[in-house]
Amino acid sequence: MLDHTPTPVMERTALRINPAKTCQPIGALYAALGIHRCLPYSHGSQGCCSYHRSHLTRHFREPVMAATSSFTEGASVFGGQPNLLQGLATVFTTYDPDIVAVHTTCLSETIGDDIPQIVGEARRQEIIPASKHVIHANTPSYSGSHVVGFANMAAAMAKAFATPIESKKRGGDRAQINIVPGFVDPSDMRELRRLAEATGLRPVLFPDTSGVMDAPQTGHHQFYPDGGTTIEQLQNLGRAEATLGLGYWASRPAAVAVEDKSGVPRELLDLPIGISATDRFLQVLARRGGAIGADLEAERGRLVDLIVDVQQHLHGVKVAIFGDPDHVLALTEFCRDLGMHPVHVLTGTPGKRFVAEATRILGDKAPHSNIGGEKDLFLLHQWIKNEPVDLLLGNSYGKHIARAEDIPFVRVGWPILDRAGHSLLPTLGYAGAIRLVSRMTDALLDRRDRDAPDHEFELVM
Amino acid sequence: MRKIAIYGKGGIGKSTTTQNTVAGLSEMGRKVMVVGCDPKADSTRLLLGGLAQRSVLDTLRIEGEDVELDDVRADGFAESKCVESGGPEPGVGCAGRGIITSINLLEQLGAYDDSEQLDYVFYDVLGDVVCGGFAMPIREGKAEEIYIVASGEMMAMYAANNICKGVQKFANTGKVRVGGIICNSRNVDNEYELIDHFARELGTQMIHFVPRDNDVQRAEINKKTVIEWNPACNQAEEYRRLAMAIEANESFVIPKPMETDRLEELLLEHGLLAA
Repeated sequence: MLDHTPTPVMERTALRINPAKTCQPIGALYAALGIHRCLPYSHGSQGCCSYHRSHLTRHFREPVMAATSSFTEGASVFGGQPNLLQGLATVFTTYDPDIVAVHTTCLSETIGDDIPQIVGEARRQEIIPASKHVIHANTPSYSGSHVVGFANMAAAMAKAFATPIESKKRGGDRAQINIVPGFVDPSDMRELRRLAEATGLRPVLFPDTSGVMDAPQTGHHQFYPDGGTTIEQLQNLGRAEATLGLGYWASRPAAVAVEDKSGVPRELLDLPIGISATDRFLQVLARRGGAIGADLEAERGRLVDLIVDVQQHLHGVKVAIFGDPDHVLALTEFCRDLGMHPVHVLTGTPGKRFVAEATRILGDKAPHSNIGGEKDLFLLHQWIKNEPVDLLLGNSYGKHIARAEDIPFVRVGWPILDRAGHSLLPTLGYAGAIRLVSRMTDALLDRRDRDAPDHEFELVM
Repeated sequence: MRKIAIYGKGGIGKSTTTQNTVAGLSEMGRKVMVVGCDPKADSTRLLLGGLAQRSVLDTLRIEGEDVELDDVRADGFAESKCVESGGPEPGVGCAGRGIITSINLLEQLGAYDDSEQLDYVFYDVLGDVVCGGFAMPIREGKAEEIYIVASGEMMAMYAANNICKGVQKFANTGKVRVGGIICNSRNVDNEYELIDHFARELGTQMIHFVPRDNDVQRAEINKKTVIEWNPACNQAEEYRRLAMAIEANESFVIPKPMETDRLEELLLEHGLLAA
């Protein structure tokens, strides 16, 4: 398994081996699933759409519905307008969504199809029923990553629907707070909503894949599951006191778009993974009119208690963390808070900010760490060969490195293709932090059990 | 901020006309940015005095996706701002995609933000709108005024008419409009009357007739706009008039492109095909 990764690191500019990212459209598709009764639409060839649907299904273990323009040689030469017009006509007559979210692909971006112009033409020809909506995001796969695609589609929602609203309150007179959750699991979106509601605010998450990508088994197939942000909620984004963008890469563009369109101020925060980031998330909610009650204090207290209980197992543990930039930065901070040493931190997504932020978070440890923005798993493997670690954190693509180097491995992030249940239990918030601490400790202790000679094989650890 | 795109047949003098007009507007104190949308990256040579400037796409290729505005923008004559999209050498790559990429990047970097306090943006686009990429400057929210450079030569008028077909498609659903035809004279017989008639037939106007003058070539050899090279000469005054006509223009229309037969009729009417 990966026996031939050479230990010496050589400068590479033109080659990526096992990139720690995938392409924009898959993120846009996932975001679009977070609107109620929305059919995601891939403007490109069939292969793109098939791959994105199946890859999402492998992580969430749920069916993923999406339509495609089904480009052929002809579309590449003459432009994709006829395909999109016909595709929209078929979608609205056959599948009756309330909204279609179009994202582009490499091919349609290179042809240079102008989606607003084509959608305008579809409106003019009354292909789009008057009461229905079509939004779009440009998602060329050759720039950014799946995280950027998610961010672009989330921003497209705000650009299409957010408007200034003078009279703020409605809905039981609780103050509204918009939350852009980032590229996280439905369980995490559920958890963010629970936390925000616990402070007495009225959260509107967009996108919100809870109830869609974790829909219950009822024995009946529902083409459009019950979950997702409603169009009415999107039209009322302007009612909020603030928009919380969680994670710079995945959520900043949407939070900025809401502010530009409706004047609702934005608050940009790290993804609330771990104790410090969750504290900051709740503090912002408190500043925006929420109240942190005894229940939340107790929840945090249980996390602190667990951290103290397992301190002897985690302190000084060397860890390598890879994945999406918002996840990796938050995990890096949490691991530092736990007294661990993040020796290697790496993302495949571009953005100079990653290295700067990771350096800031690592503080005095930074000079002793490898930090990689827009790098690949081949390099991570080489780093680990040069400086071994006790634990690896990342998505399923890390399993080959974990096996080759015999390192305990905790799966976190997206995608997780070889385990189940991850999308039903949170990683975010105090509850998510308790899970993370528990899983990291279990992985380390399992390893100790495996390697212990009989006379050191302990019942109590 | 007025957003203007200049189109026209290859070799008709778009870049020369654009830069001289921009010089005229800049001289009047307007803040102007020129975005060259031609892989040859020669749309700002006169404003910059021939200084080699690194194009947006070269910068992207060398520096990666994290680029600063100042890496790709340079100051030209009379504080004009100059950007070259750049692109591949002939025969390789995809120049159209290059234009899409570089205009998106300029937007991301805030080149069009209110804080830049621009009065005008000019897109100088490769002559033949051969694919979707070259229509990027007239997409939704980008250039809203189109000026087509033409002369009394038949192929220039064919090209202008074709460009109007493209504009019409975008105009039906968006805000883009034709502001007029700029006649860059080739000393063709009856040229003034012909282009004036041609423009009216398209539903627009001939916004200015720029006479042929070798001072343009002399200024080009010196890597300068005419206005910078010899502010007092007659041709400098012509470009100032064009700049003022654009500044004062209020006629913005959805063009009515002609059938080829009608275009040929028009040429006959003005005696061009008579011989």
